[in-house]
Amino acid sequence: MFRPKTRYVALPSPRAGVGEEVDRLTCARCDTALEPARLTAALGVCYRCGYHFRLRAQERIAMLVGPDSFVEEDSEITARDALGFKDSQPYVTRIEQSRAKTGANEAVTWGEARLAGHPLVIVCLDFAFMGGSMGAATGEKITNGIERATAKRLPLLIVSASGGARMQEGMLALMQLAKTAAALGRLAAAGVPYFSLLTDPTMGGVTASFATLADVILAEPGAMIGFAGARVIQQATYETLPEGFQTAEFLWLHGMIDLVVPRPELPAVLRQLLDLYTRSGYHSDFQLEGQARAAATASALRP
Amino acid sequence: MSANGSTAAATWAQVELARHPDRPYALDYIHAMFGSFFELHGDRLFGDDHAIIGGPAAFDGRTVMVIAQQKGRTTAERAMRNFGMANPEGYRKALRLVRQAEKFQFPVISLVDTSGAFPGAGAEERGIAWAIAENLVAFARARVPIITLVLGEGGSGGALGIGVGDRLLMMEHSIYSVAMPEACASILWRDIARKMDAAAALKLTAPDLQKLGLVDEVVPEPPGGAQTDYGLAADAAAAALTRQLASLEGIEIEPLLEERYRRYRSIGVAQ
Repeated sequence: MFRPKTRYVALPSPRAGVGEEVDRLTCARCDTALEPARLTAALGVCYRCGYHFRLRAQERIAMLVGPDSFVEEDSEITARDALGFKDSQPYVTRIEQSRAKTGANEAVTWGEARLAGHPLVIVCLDFAFMGGSMGAATGEKITNGIERATAKRLPLLIVSASGGARMQEGMLALMQLAKTAAALGRLAAAGVPYFSLLTDPTMGGVTASFATLADVILAEPGAMIGFAGARVIQQATYETLPEGFQTAEFLWLHGMIDLVVPRPELPAVLRQLLDLYTRSGYHSDFQLEGQARAAATASALRP
Repeated sequence: MSANGSTAAATWAQVELARHPDRPYALDYIHAMFGSFFELHGDRLFGDDHAIIGGPAAFDGRTVMVIAQQKGRTTAERAMRNFGMANPEGYRKALRLVRQAEKFQFPVISLVDTSGAFPGAGAEERGIAWAIAENLVAFARARVPIITLVLGEGGSGGALGIGVGDRLLMMEHSIYSVAMPEACASILWRDIARKMDAAAALKLTAPDLQKLGLVDEVVPEPPGGAQTDYGLAADAAAAALTRQLASLEGIEIEPLLEERYRRYRSIGVAQ
């Protein structure tokens, strides 16, 4: 069963000099030592075995949307320690460490951008920030992105990479599942298309809320996607898990996702979807009536 | 340290009460609070999940749709009900019942009592996360009032999968958590023995969650806990449900849906 022991979070940043972090670049699957420049050119896909490295949010966004088209929102929103939570370290320390390590204030980045000429809202989770976990600030930013897409009738793309709800925020984190889902309910009622890209890993409360509520669900090859972790399942049930359990390919076979897309093909696939889903479905006035109705619904839903 | 220790011990006592084997379960409350409960079976897709039960019932002169998580009392019943841990079929049955409640304009009473959704290979293959996510949207948009009452354990997404609504009530000694303390200790401390510390840190008791503004009403239990007197516990729960339902029935559906949306929208907004 394919389950590499270690996986590396980030490519050398586009700004970092080639050769930096060279010791980190060993393929987690085939153990090949990789040249950073060549790996970057290959979009973070191992050029020997096809293993997809995890990407930072800004790398992902740069890879998908038009150069300089991305306008980030809410970058100042940061996590708060509402519960006074402390495990082996205080949560406030963990937040500070994550901010220092990633240069981001939260585990999600969102904004408006253009992809193949289509304006859209892109929301991208970042596993490097506390495992992409969803706390209240994370959920707030995701919901702001969904509401922007609803208000401006812009197609929505959410790229997920997350271990699930953030333990350190307790029930405030769990309730973000309901918050993001409710916002997506309004987006759906307004007839605005939503595409979800599941990347390695997408687990727990993120899978059980916004990540799977899309019109089209895409996933990267080999990504681990599920609700309960394999270890938890084995401890609870002593089951022998099937080959490839919870991989993107496994979920595709079970009808849970629409397509497994190798990273280099993503821009073309998204372009095709945006073309199809933003074009009208009728050559008649019915279409205009439908659009007017959808617009009326959307405005009625606005606060 | 001793203060922390005693807090952790006190919180842990609450966790144990919430899981007390003699504690009344959903069917005990249902039979005490409602008349003429008619259990509906099956999700019409794959099977019937006995961890989530439901159907129409009479309550105070009206029909309500009851959806509930049911743990088992005997060994055989626990096995049948999978210890109250639902598979996708349970959540899809709940979805079917919510749709039916909308059709007939029955308010929904959701009774939560689960340590979580079932962590099993089959549940994953059949899309447990997809089923829960779909319910979050369906419950958020259902055009009938919904009241959730946590009876014992409110376990994470498995509880929320039937738990989105207009009011959240908790029995005095129930708990509701993003993860059960054992799972949280295993993840954050990498040591399940730290479950008491995890329980204290998670703020999972009914009074704690009321302080956080997430819970509308804590329903008092008889001294020592609901297991000491099922009748008193059910009477208090019924009184709270009657009061809350009356307050919701006076609200038109569009403002009610807007209020429900705001309820979740406002959780965790940075001050």
